[in-house]
Amino acid sequence: MQFLRNFFDNLRPNFEEGGKFEKYYKAFEAMETFAFTPPHTTHNGAHIRDAIDLKRTMFFVIIALIPSLLFGIWNTGHQYYLSIGQYPELMDGFMDKIIFGAIRVLPIVVVSYAVGLGIEFGIAVAKNHSVNEGYLVSGMLIPLVLPSEIPLWMVAVATAFAVLIGKEVFGGTGMNILNPALTARAFLFFAYPTKMSGNMVWIPQESGMASVDGYTGETLLSQAYNAPAGSQFGSVAYDAAGVQYGSLADTMWASFWGWIPGSIGETSVFAILLGAAFLLYTGIGSWRIMLSFLIGGLGMSMIFNAWGANPFMSVHPLQQLMMGSFMFGMVFMATDPVSAAQTNTGKWIYGFFAGFLGIMIRVFNPAYPEGIMMAILFMNVMAPLIDHYVVEANINRRLKRAKAVAS
Amino acid sequence: MSTESAVQESTTATSQDVKEPKEPLFSKKNKKLLTDPLDDSNPITVQVLGICSALAITVQVKQAIVMSLSVLAVMIGGNLIISLIRNVIPSRIRIIVQLVVVASLVILVDQVLKAYVYDVSKALSVFVGLIITNCIIMGRFEAFAMGNKPWPSILDAIGNAAGYGWILIAVAVVRELFGSGSLMGYQLIPQAVFDFGYMNNNLMILPPMALITVGVIIWIQRARNTKLIEEN
Repeated sequence: MQFLRNFFDNLRPNFEEGGKFEKYYKAFEAMETFAFTPPHTTHNGAHIRDAIDLKRTMFFVIIALIPSLLFGIWNTGHQYYLSIGQYPELMDGFMDKIIFGAIRVLPIVVVSYAVGLGIEFGIAVAKNHSVNEGYLVSGMLIPLVLPSEIPLWMVAVATAFAVLIGKEVFGGTGMNILNPALTARAFLFFAYPTKMSGNMVWIPQESGMASVDGYTGETLLSQAYNAPAGSQFGSVAYDAAGVQYGSLADTMWASFWGWIPGSIGETSVFAILLGAAFLLYTGIGSWRIMLSFLIGGLGMSMIFNAWGANPFMSVHPLQQLMMGSFMFGMVFMATDPVSAAQTNTGKWIYGFFAGFLGIMIRVFNPAYPEGIMMAILFMNVMAPLIDHYVVEANINRRLKRAKAVAS
Repeated sequence: MSTESAVQESTTATSQDVKEPKEPLFSKKNKKLLTDPLDDSNPITVQVLGICSALAITVQVKQAIVMSLSVLAVMIGGNLIISLIRNVIPSRIRIIVQLVVVASLVILVDQVLKAYVYDVSKALSVFVGLIITNCIIMGRFEAFAMGNKPWPSILDAIGNAAGYGWILIAVAVVRELFGSGSLMGYQLIPQAVFDFGYMNNNLMILPPMALITVGVIIWIQRARNTKLIEEN
């Protein structure tokens, strides 16, 4: 570590006042605090300092995302080889799948970080404020919610949009109303719908490679929507190569582990739960939001189950929750501390309605197969309102108590 | 009751009403009437009026231009008429009188559009009729033409309509260029770029993007024009 310290100490004079790169001090500071705890000390009064500052909080979330990312890389390769009829068994060609997936997925991650951090650093230097750390997580979330077939320039445009219009306009990290990663996804979803939904985007395709007979590339969500009337979704679902799972248990098994077509990071419930456990253990993700989100989604699925007007409604509640981005949204999107509700009661309300509306939009409006995205964004907008009324209610309750005591 | 005396009192008497030595047609003050609405007191970006039409008809530049011209025509005619009859309008019913004036003008414009540019008129649909309720126009009648002579009123009308128009057209240029790859209906982005993988941005065609584009224009304007920065 000493050499790193020396490295920064040697560079420092260049960036301080009077130095050659005075203008870029903020960029230098960002890099330094990235490696070391910030050197600031408090000057008066008693302060409690926690070793875990914003940068390190962000890093913990990235660690929690790693299982999803790794699984996503493997799954991208797996889906591809499944579609061309090679290595149909899960463990076959493990390295080939990883390499293929990495070639597809890593450029998206790189573009997302390069564009996002580039804009953040540019704005920080131009306006002379500290570089916002918030993008560290958004930069990883954005690739994970996109299909692996997405063109890279779209990733760049969406990232720029999310950082500029979703965040910087409102004043940067900590001020944004909407979750930046979901803003990027919503932007792409409406701007380039043909690249964001349908059955051609989830599985990488390469020219010259013929897909196997029965190849579909449909996600489970669109299968559920298209399931023939009267059939039980679990037993008619099939994988990318068109092989039926046969039973509900098999379908659920596949969607729990995540070897199904879908956005890069959201298919594997197992990988997401690993991340969730880490977030809950470190106390970074709010368990109130996750739990209420789960209850909301489960509640809505059960209501639909009881109603059962079409096969999509009668999808088993657990299966409903494991399809699409419900889990990913619950663990990584809804819990975003900036755009979620701040009060504890507010978190319950916020999480519950996000899950509830998510399933509702998904089933009622198949034009928006990713209802979870819409629901979370909608609740992001509502969060300040929820907080306002929670705080008001608290004030009123205490006023009443004070009056009761006084009289 | 003598209506005339009531009117005299009610008109918001500005300096223009006071007898002055003849001022040149384009005096400094008159020029300001023309240029102010373009930037410092732009009806859309500063006063935030007429937003609905700015969001609804800016998908194509052609519609935006026709809309701007229609508003310009209605505004000049209306401001002139109101200014001419400002001393005989009973103050109690002045809003009705203003409405009658603007409504008749809008009907005229609508008929002209239907006669000469039918397709655009179809595309603008209800929004031509809705010029009647465009807050900018009623606002200028009430705030300016009711208290000023005809010539400054005309200048004020031109200035405000231009301020409205350039925002409309600017938004429409952005939306049509990125949403349909064309301007005024002519394909501007070559096919080669599409072959390379470029795609039109569908979000640009939806109203939310018009709102965001207007927002970005406001952002740029306020960053440039320090007069507009509000104290916190």
